[in-house]
Amino acid sequence: MSPTFNPRARNFTDDYVLVEKFCLKKYEFSHGDVVVFCSPSNHKEKHIKRIIALPGDWIGTTHNSHDDVLKVPKGHCWVEGDNSASSMDSRSFGPIPLGLVKGRVTHVVWPPQRIGLVERVFPQERVSSFK
Amino acid sequence: MVGLVGRLWNLQYKSIVKEASGKALAVAKFFCVLHVTNTYLCTFALAYGPNMVLTFNLTGDMFLAERLSIKFGKVGPGDIVLLRYPESPRKVMVKCLLGLESHSVTYVVDPMKSDRRDTVVVPKGHVWVEGDNIYNSRDSRQFGPVPYGLLEGKVFCKIWPPKEFGSLMKSGMKDPDL
Repeated sequence: MSPTFNPRARNFTDDYVLVEKFCLKKYEFSHGDVVVFCSPSNHKEKHIKRIIALPGDWIGTTHNSHDDVLKVPKGHCWVEGDNSASSMDSRSFGPIPLGLVKGRVTHVVWPPQRIGLVERVFPQERVSSFK
Repeated sequence: MVGLVGRLWNLQYKSIVKEASGKALAVAKFFCVLHVTNTYLCTFALAYGPNMVLTFNLTGDMFLAERLSIKFGKVGPGDIVLLRYPESPRKVMVKCLLGLESHSVTYVVDPMKSDRRDTVVVPKGHVWVEGDNIYNSRDSRQFGPVPYGLLEGKVFCKIWPPKEFGSLMKSGMKDPDL
């Protein structure tokens, strides 16, 4: 998730973030939310990625060097890391069920010079939500 | 005279506030314990509907599900588990776990139409769940293996109706031919 978190490869300390769990009451997320979720291939690991597409959206991906458009199934979401070069995300394991999401990241709380809100950004050109 | 009344009033007021805050703290502690137990140890749930007809009644049974087995990975085929719907994260369902990761599961694709069976290997980090009532149950046969992270609890004891109180036997491997 570089450069949003841990912008430099060998930092003195890792970034610490605040994760809110009130979103788990309704499981309503927005495009660009950064979330914590259990990995679909190993429930003991947790990942932090950004939600790029919500249920019912069409997302453009590149698979085996040809472009593809996928529809995100009901109850699932498409997550991607900000650092697209090296990121284990939905481009490898597909859309994940929203039930795996364990919280939403709202702020960076450490180190002090990076304290602040985590912005909601996402590549609008790759997602279309026809309802 | 006014000073004495004032001091008596203060004393009474202080003891009321002290008692009230003591009781409020006790209630807060109770809810904290309840929340921690519910989230990390054991929860209860109500099951209704036709998809687990062999284990639960149609009209609704209440049972206890514990969460520690899920956390430590101590679930296996034959266990009845509580898990979130992959298609709807706010809903929780009760199903029978039939296969863990790398298990090979054979299932009847559409029991209403034919006896055709299919075999699938459960991928890493996923589980295969089915309802007892294969004719009327939405489970892994429709939406595929589910990630282990969606499991919420393992059912171990039925608490309502009272005459059926007790622990549930492991249902064992299901054989559609029976």
